[in-house]
Amino acid sequence: MEVNILVGGAAGQGMDTVMNLLGKALVREGYGLIYTKDYMSRVRGGHNFSRLRVAAGAPWTNIEAVDILVALNEETYLLHRGNLVPSGRIIFDPQFFALPEDENRGVPVELQKLAEEAGGKVMANTVAVGALLVLIGLQTKTVENLLRETFSGKEGVAEANITALEKGYAAASGYCSACFTLPPKSEGGRRLFIDGNQVLGMAALAGGCRFLSAYPMTPSTGIMNYLAGKSREYPVVVEQAEDEIAAINMALGASYAGVRALTCTSGGGFALMVEGLSLAGMTETPLVIVVAMRPGPATGLPTRTEQGDLGFIIHAGHGEFPRAVLSATSHEDAFYRLNKAFDLADRYQTPVLFLSDQNFADTHRSVEPFDFSRLSYNRAIAGEGEIEKPYKRYRITESGISPRVLPGKIPGEVVLVDSDEHDQNGNIIEDAETRRLMVDKRMRKLKALAEEMDEPDLYGDPHPELLLIGWGSNYGVLREVVDALLASGMKTAMLHFSDIWPLPQKRLKNLLPFVSRSFCVENNATGQLASLIRRETGLSIDRLILKYDGRPFLPHEIIAEVEKDASS
Amino acid sequence: MLQAEDYLLGETAWCPGCGNFAIREALAAALAELKLQPHRVLICSGIGQAAKMPHYIKANGFNGLHGRALPPALGARAANRDLKVIVESGDGDSYGEGGNHFIHNIRRNPDIAHFIHDNQVYGLTKGQASPTSDPGMKTGVQVNGVAMPALNPLALALVLGAGFVARCFSGEKEHLKETMKAAIEFSGYALVDILQPCVSFNKVNTFGWYKKRVYFPEAVDPQNWAMAMELSRQWDEQIPLGIFYNRPRPTFEESVPALEGEPLAFRPFDPAQMASLQDQFF
Repeated sequence: MEVNILVGGAAGQGMDTVMNLLGKALVREGYGLIYTKDYMSRVRGGHNFSRLRVAAGAPWTNIEAVDILVALNEETYLLHRGNLVPSGRIIFDPQFFALPEDENRGVPVELQKLAEEAGGKVMANTVAVGALLVLIGLQTKTVENLLRETFSGKEGVAEANITALEKGYAAASGYCSACFTLPPKSEGGRRLFIDGNQVLGMAALAGGCRFLSAYPMTPSTGIMNYLAGKSREYPVVVEQAEDEIAAINMALGASYAGVRALTCTSGGGFALMVEGLSLAGMTETPLVIVVAMRPGPATGLPTRTEQGDLGFIIHAGHGEFPRAVLSATSHEDAFYRLNKAFDLADRYQTPVLFLSDQNFADTHRSVEPFDFSRLSYNRAIAGEGEIEKPYKRYRITESGISPRVLPGKIPGEVVLVDSDEHDQNGNIIEDAETRRLMVDKRMRKLKALAEEMDEPDLYGDPHPELLLIGWGSNYGVLREVVDALLASGMKTAMLHFSDIWPLPQKRLKNLLPFVSRSFCVENNATGQLASLIRRETGLSIDRLILKYDGRPFLPHEIIAEVEKDASS
Repeated sequence: MLQAEDYLLGETAWCPGCGNFAIREALAAALAELKLQPHRVLICSGIGQAAKMPHYIKANGFNGLHGRALPPALGARAANRDLKVIVESGDGDSYGEGGNHFIHNIRRNPDIAHFIHDNQVYGLTKGQASPTSDPGMKTGVQVNGVAMPALNPLALALVLGAGFVARCFSGEKEHLKETMKAAIEFSGYALVDILQPCVSFNKVNTFGWYKKRVYFPEAVDPQNWAMAMELSRQWDEQIPLGIFYNRPRPTFEESVPALEGEPLAFRPFDPAQMASLQDQFF
C-alpha cells in the first residue's frame, strides 16, 4: 500500500513548492516518504519533475510507477503517462491543454484561474496541493498551518494561499475523493522532513563548525545556504570565496587559527582545490571538504547525479599524505558521519573528504530525529601544560601526530606551519635526513587512521549466495533491491561502504570469496569501487552494474540486471 | 620590553644586498615599537624570496602556497580576530598568481596589513618578468622585452576601494618602518607596496635607479582620493613615496555578527546544546 506522486513542468513553475508543502504536511501527519528532484540546469523552461513516494516505514528510494501525475504542462503528461498506473489520476489545468479523448484519468482543475481568484497566479501550486489532498483523502488543516508558518508576519499572503488551497480542494472534490489510500502511519513519534544538504549543514553546525568558505556550485550549494541562513543566529562565519582556490585556503587559515572549518563543492570546484588539499596534508591542518558529485568530465551535467569522482578524490593532490574519505549513504547515517569527518580531521591533523552526490544532496526523506548527544567535539588541541617548550609544531612522535596548539593562545610560544618541507619547528629545510623523518612522521598517521574506518554495512541474508556491493547514496535503492530479491527467494545481501579510504577490508575478505555471485553497483562508467577493491585486496567482483546517464538507479533496473545474470 | 633584535630569527637565504634585509629590519622594529608580542602576531605568506619572511621573524607563521597568502590570512582573522595579521609576499605572488585574491580582499576589507616586496621581477625562479616589470625589460623568457604595460597596484587598489594605500622604498628604512606601523594599526586592509632592488635578476631597477627617482611629495592629503590616484600614477623620472590614501571604511570583521566578542577559536562549545536546530524540520 503506497502512493507515488509525480509533479512536472517547466523550470520556474514551482514543482518544489508543491512537494515541500505536501511532503512536510504528510510527514507531520505521520507518513513516511521520500521526495527526489530531477531538474535541468536552467532557470526557466525545459522539463523538471519531482517524485514523492509515500509508503509504510520510510521508503528508501523512489520507483518508476506513478499513481498521481500533476502535469503543470502538456509535456509532463506526454513524457510520464507511460508510467501512470491504470487506476492513476492526472491533475492538469484545462485552460492550458486538453487530454486526449481516450484519456479518462483526468482531474481538471483550473489552477491558474483559481489562483488568480484567490489573489494571484503565483499561487497555482497551492491550488494543486489542495487538489492533491482530495485524491489522497487528507484534510487541508495541516497544510493551512504550514502556510501560516511559512508566511508568518505576512498574514495577507498566508490567507490568500489558504483560499487558493481551498479552491483547489473544492475543485477536485467532485472527481475523485480519496481514490488513493495512504499507507499506515509511522509509529514512534515525530519525524523530520529534511534533504541531504540540510542534514550535512546541520551536522556541521551542530558539530561546532565555525567557518565555511565556498564558491557556489550545484549540487553542494544547499550546505552553504543552510549555514548562511544560520549565521545571524549562531557563531558561524560563511564566506563566499572568489574561487575554489580561495575557498580552501581560507578554510585552512581558519582551521590553523583554531576553528573547525569546512569547504564544500562539486568535482570541478574540487579540481581547483587540489593544491590546497595537498597543503592541508603538508601543513597537517585539519580540514573537512564535502564534495557533492555530479557527472563530469568538465561541466558535465550540472544538476544530475554520478559517483564518478571516487578515484579522483582518493588520489587527488600532488605528493603523498594521509587522508580519509567517507561518504553519505543515508540521511540517518550522514548526520553522524560528517561529525566523524570533523573528529578525524582534528585528531589526525589531516584533510578528510566527505563524498555526497546530487542524489543524496537534493533528496528529502522522513527520518527520526537525530541524537545530538552522539556528536563529538573533541578538538585534540593541547593546552599549555601538555607541551614541551619551546613549542615545536611538528615534533616527531611515535604516532606521527604532533601536539597541536593554537596561535595566540600561549604567551611566548608561536606556531609556524610551512608548505615547504620543514623541520620540527616548521622552518623550511632541504636536507635528506629531515625530509625522510618528516615523510615518515606524516605517513605514520595512516596506520591508526585505517583502524578508524567502519566496516561496510551488511544487510540481508547473513549467508548470502548473491552479494551486492555499493557505496554512497546507492544505499537506499540497494536496500529495496535486497528486500525484493529476498522476497523472491534469492539468498541475497548487500555490503555497503560508508567509509571508503583507507579501505576497510575485513568484511570483504570474510565474505566476497564465499558467495556464488557478486555485483558491484555504481553510478559511474568504470566501476571505481570495484577497481579499488581489486587493487587493495586482490579480490575481484563478478559483475558490474553501472549507470552513468546522470540519473539515480531505480530498483527495477538493478533487479533486471541481477535476474538477467542468474538466467544466463 | 622586546627590542627589534628579539624579533629576528634564523639565517636568511637572501642574496647580499637584497632589499629584503631592510624590509625585515623595518618590520622587526615596527613590531617592537608597537609592543606586539610575537604570539599575538601572525605572518602569512605565499612562495618566493619575500614569502620566506615567516621563517626570519619571531611570530606565528603560515607559509602557504604560491599566490595564496591572503585567503588563509582572511580565514585566520575570522577564527581569531585578536591576532594581528600581516601578509608578506612578493609582486609575482601577490599581483600575478594571487591577483584574484588581491582584488577581492581589497573589496572585503579584512583588518590585514599587506606588505608587498615589489622588485619588479621573479627572483626565486631566476629572473622572469613580473606583473610590475616595466615594458621593454628583457629576460630569458621575455626575450623581446616585456610587451605589456606594468600593473599599477596602487591605482588598482584605489579603484577597488582600498582604505590605506602607500608606497615605500627599502632604501628609506625609517619611513618604511613608520608606514608599516601605520598600516598595522589601520583598521581594514592596508596595502604597502615596497620598492626594492633585486641584485641578482633586475639589472634595470637597481638600488641607484630607485634612489635617484624616489621623493617625498609635500602636502599630501590622504583623505583626497583623486590626489592619491594622481600620486600612484607617477612613475619613470619621479616616484613619490608615502601614505597616499588613509581613510577607513567598514571592515570585513565588522560585517560579520558572529565575530563580535571573544575570538571564535576560543569559545566553548557543546553539540548537545544544539538539538533545537532540528525543530525547523518537523
